[in-house]
Amino acid sequence: MKPESLVSITDFSKEEILDLLQTASRFEANPNQKILEGKVVATLFFEPSTRTRLSFETAVNRLGGRIIGFSDASTTSSSKGETLKDTIMMVSNYVDLIIMRHHLEGAARYASEIASVPVINAGDGANQHPSQTMLDLYSIYKTQGTLSNLNITMVGDLKYGRTVHSLLMAMSHFNPTFHFVAPDELKMPIEYKIFCEQHHIPYFEHSEFSEDVINQADILYMTRVQRERFTDLMEYEKVKNVYTLHNSMLEHSKDNLRVLHPLPRVNEISYDVDSNPKAYYFQQAQNGLYARQAIICKVLGIEV
Amino acid sequence: MNVEKKELKVAALENGTVIDHIPSNQLFKVVSILGLENCPNSITIGNNLASKKIGKKGIIKVADRFFKEEDLNKIALVAPEAQINIIHDYQVTEKRKVSLPDVVHGIIRCSNPKCITNNEPMETIFHVVDKVNIQVKCHYCERSVSKDEIEIC
Ligand SMILES: [Zn+2]
Repeated sequence: MKPESLVSITDFSKEEILDLLQTASRFEANPNQKILEGKVVATLFFEPSTRTRLSFETAVNRLGGRIIGFSDASTTSSSKGETLKDTIMMVSNYVDLIIMRHHLEGAARYASEIASVPVINAGDGANQHPSQTMLDLYSIYKTQGTLSNLNITMVGDLKYGRTVHSLLMAMSHFNPTFHFVAPDELKMPIEYKIFCEQHHIPYFEHSEFSEDVINQADILYMTRVQRERFTDLMEYEKVKNVYTLHNSMLEHSKDNLRVLHPLPRVNEISYDVDSNPKAYYFQQAQNGLYARQAIICKVLGIEV
Repeated sequence: MNVEKKELKVAALENGTVIDHIPSNQLFKVVSILGLENCPNSITIGNNLASKKIGKKGIIKVADRFFKEEDLNKIALVAPEAQINIIHDYQVTEKRKVSLPDVVHGIIRCSNPKCITNNEPMETIFHVVDKVNIQVKCHYCERSVSKDEIEIC
């Protein structure tokens, strides 16, 4: 039987997403359960990402599993020219599950096709990072009590920000209204706007990050505006502070509004927001543990 | 007179496959899709011929070779109007259009240099997402490529 892998959030149906949220909340209530006793999990980080790796490894440890792997490809045989295929074939022989991150796009899909065990994509270049999306969904669900009928306002780099693209696709099951706030150079790509139209999802585009937009929002999803993304550095200097959230801008926002950010942040959320109860980005990162525990059990076919 | 005779001689095919109505600027892509660079059979290629349908057209005639339907259908990626004539004993025994498959294995190179398919010895897979305007999407890196950007490997 071909194992079930998680490469892209679109691999999961609406029902599967809702199930995963339930499982995640059970893990939040009781994160230490010895369900992976006797199992070995490989964390193959061909590209370093300490934040994601620690979150996954904590998830495995709290479930009683054991871990092998590497956190940097320069120490592995792939730096000696071994193909991804050969590495995956070898590791599949040893473990029950592979969690991998790779700088090449599509690497996880390819690995999932050749591995004899399930593969969880922990990020493949600029392509997919579905466990991030699951923790975003879980954070939205927890703070709003539902995923349905919400106003989701996305701010910053909507062109290259893969987290906003995956979140958009995943939220499409739940009748959202989107507001896209971005500078011209970093607007939401046309394919995602077409996707919204095909799914009858209303969306509104803004270049100004105004209180008017903030005051309607249930979720304010902030992203990093990175200097490297600009062809014109003058343009970057012009916009870099325009998409910064300050505490004063939240004054007339809805009570249920929560501010999310995939982290790490640079200057897009000012530090005076941190103590506002509407700031949720640190808890959001913690939710990653429960979301990842839920994903691990799901791909291994373990009922929780 | 003499010239005309020569043309006729080139054009006539006893047995084989004729691919007609190829847009002139796509002719050599069709040649690579079918791998004709390495085909030992006698091949006649005409290009920039007048066509009522598509302006300027190209035509390829391959003697004594009959392609698999799925290989011919890959031509639709670059020449959706192409017409296939199967010739037996100087007679057209079958005439048909090419039609784009849902999934294309091989042939297309992904335009994303960071795609795994450009970095591992493996075959590409593309999903045809729009058969009318011809848009394909890489199965691995999920990048969409439109008709004019399609690169043939
Ligand atoms: Zn690709």
